[in-house]
Amino acid sequence: METFKADVAIIGAGGAGLRAAIAVAEADPTLSIALISKVYPMRSHTVAAEGGAAAVTQAHDSLEAHFHDTVAGGDWLCEQDVVEFFVGQAHEEMVQMEHWGCPWSRKADGRANVRAFGGMKIERTWFAADKTGFHMLHTLFQTSIKYPSIKRFDEHFCCDLVVDDGRVQGVVAIEIATGDFKLIQAKSVIIATGGAGRVFRENTNGGIVTGDGMALAYRHGVPLRDMEFVQYHPTCMPGTGLLFTEACRGEGGFLLNKDGYRYLQDYGLGPASPTPVNKAMELGPRDRLSQAYWHEKQKGRTLSDPRWGDYVHLDLRHLGEKKLRERLPQIYELAVEYLGVDPAKECVPVLPAVHYTMGGITADALTAAPLPGLYSVGECSSVGLHGANRLGSNSLTELIVFGKVAGVEAAVYTKSAPEGNAKKINMLAEESQRKAMSFVARTDGTERIATLRREMAKSMEDGCGIYRMNDTMQATCDKLAELKERYQRVQVDDHSKGWNTDWLLAIELGYLLDVAQAMAHSALNRKESRGSHQRLDGYEQRDDANFLKHSLAHYAGQDAPRIDYGPVKITSSQPGTRAYGAAGEEADRKAKELAHA
Amino acid sequence: MPDGKRIEIQVLRYRPEEEERPVWQSYYVPYTDDMSVLQGLQYIKDELDGTLSFRWSCRMAICGSCGMMVNGKPELSCQTFLRDLQPGPVRVEALAHFPIERDLIVDVGEFVKKLESVKPYIIPKEPRKLSDGEYLQTPAQLEQFEQFSSCINCMLCYAACPQFGLNPDFTGPGVLALAHRYNADSRDGGRAERMEILSTEEGVWSCTAVGYCSEVCPKGVDPANAVNQNKVNSAKDYFLRFLSPKGESK
Repeated sequence: METFKADVAIIGAGGAGLRAAIAVAEADPTLSIALISKVYPMRSHTVAAEGGAAAVTQAHDSLEAHFHDTVAGGDWLCEQDVVEFFVGQAHEEMVQMEHWGCPWSRKADGRANVRAFGGMKIERTWFAADKTGFHMLHTLFQTSIKYPSIKRFDEHFCCDLVVDDGRVQGVVAIEIATGDFKLIQAKSVIIATGGAGRVFRENTNGGIVTGDGMALAYRHGVPLRDMEFVQYHPTCMPGTGLLFTEACRGEGGFLLNKDGYRYLQDYGLGPASPTPVNKAMELGPRDRLSQAYWHEKQKGRTLSDPRWGDYVHLDLRHLGEKKLRERLPQIYELAVEYLGVDPAKECVPVLPAVHYTMGGITADALTAAPLPGLYSVGECSSVGLHGANRLGSNSLTELIVFGKVAGVEAAVYTKSAPEGNAKKINMLAEESQRKAMSFVARTDGTERIATLRREMAKSMEDGCGIYRMNDTMQATCDKLAELKERYQRVQVDDHSKGWNTDWLLAIELGYLLDVAQAMAHSALNRKESRGSHQRLDGYEQRDDANFLKHSLAHYAGQDAPRIDYGPVKITSSQPGTRAYGAAGEEADRKAKELAHA
Repeated sequence: MPDGKRIEIQVLRYRPEEEERPVWQSYYVPYTDDMSVLQGLQYIKDELDGTLSFRWSCRMAICGSCGMMVNGKPELSCQTFLRDLQPGPVRVEALAHFPIERDLIVDVGEFVKKLESVKPYIIPKEPRKLSDGEYLQTPAQLEQFEQFSSCINCMLCYAACPQFGLNPDFTGPGVLALAHRYNADSRDGGRAERMEILSTEEGVWSCTAVGYCSEVCPKGVDPANAVNQNKVNSAKDYFLRFLSPKGESK
């Protein structure tokens, strides 16, 4: 097998992987970096992030306010020391992106502009129109070209980690164009492979978002943390699940039911003011808005259409065409081209769809996994920032704040790590190759990839959707066990070497099934309601006495994962009531009084 | 499919391990009015023929993966709808002017090398520390380059460009637009370095101003305009070379 020796290997070249690569290169230009991605960097799913990236910017804002919004937004399941660090670093990283050329939208005086976002008390979301992820990704990719120590392995598909002597020592990858295997030997490995939204049916994610890195780490004994927390984004396109950014509401959009009524006022988010009020109504957090949709649907107050199924209306008409073209050009285009709806003239049909995995690979405050030499960053990682519900615009900032941390930390570790046993590493890599090849070698398979994938996604939606119950979650767990068993007999149609995407889809399906199992079993075991994990079977309340803790899913091969728990780091914010709208204002007022008393 | 409509999709298949040359293959796909050509191809791959290969990811015209020729025109397949192509057949083939690796997948390597060659990053006009905060850039200054920063690298403009078809070494519209994006950025001082690359024979002067690149661009980048502006710059630089000491030494 062709071998490439690197000091640091990075899997995934989206925002997090690129930022980490640049951080390694800047920390020590003599370190060689292998940046491995199954797509060209600019295709990575960071590209689809729309609304913006949060950092305290205005004089009347404060780090404490961003901290509090994030911790309360996460229903107190955040690692509070991590959040403190994050809010403190955010602004400098935004400025760094600006120095690298990111075309941030500007105010008249030339400074970067900020916009309102859900669950954020003060406007602090930096944006580049409604293509913020696209611009950040391209800026990072183009900037990374400056650094000669970054060697890219574009369109290389990772099929395993090499773990020997109790530490990670490399990556086994398939060069997609040729089907050849490569061993990338490295003293440290950073996983930056993004989320796993494709385990669900209706989702905002690109086809590549299949939980690869999560599954790779999980199979090598690294627990996946808080996997039951899956975010439904409240405003997505019917049918495809494509995203209409939260910035639609940040700019003043309304959500209306079939009577044209701003229904969020019935769910503790009111009163309904005609202009946007931060942390109220349409600017509430995503979990609450998606839950409100579910209730409206139960009450028969959503709209329905043979083309689009059930939906509600996103009303942007009052913003006018000029503002929409300036602030939300991509949204405008998507609505017109994909739905035939002109948002300046008509309401846009929307519904919640799966958007983001709050949990991921267990990581400490410096992104290190419990497996020495392994780091993770971005959506694949659970560094502890988002808790039980992520606030919009915290995740783009996470990529660059923790991408830098991961790069710096991996560089330090690498310099002190001993040389590996090359012979043993090669042997392990060949074993990984044999396993991956077994899919194409087989000709007696009986199960179709697409069938298994479809059954998995349907079952996840049935059991682990916006509201959950024991019996349906159990049914999903059972279904996943059945699908994993059938997966043993999966048939790959394609037997060629080069560009065998059928083969890669089969490997990805294995990743998806493992991640789905971690999600479903973590959900089944969490007998409370918190953030995006809401139950309707006697566990409707948050239960801090028993569940103010992180779930940890441990891989157990063909068996169901073992679920146990770890502590949550609380520093300054004791668990309280999550209140938004007028109730939130009242709670803030009382807290201030108490502080001054 | 509630309305039971079907459409024929003809795909130019090329599997170098199995066949010597590309061959057309027909598939019949049930479709609804909201289905894109990409969704048609996904149906084929999932239900009819797992060997069909193509790139895709975001489904929303921003990742730039799924460019291909649809009825002879360069298009993003995720943003081209079967309803607009009825009654069919719909003919789908790999992007023109690029070597085909397999089926609808072309070799992107040379394009990326060109992209890397034009120094597509800020070469600061004046250094600035992070503690000094952001560079000031007015909305008007942003507007000078914003449009050119919207390129998604989908390469439709290369498939449209007759010059690139004749001369694969031509830097081409997308990459020239990207170079211009940095040249036109008020924070950047790297224009002179980039113009040395852009002013070569394979740079802006290979363009014969057909303008089809701008017509097919799904993001309104207008590469033809970028190339044209740099022809002016390149010509200016040519004359300035006789006047400035820096120019003489080159």
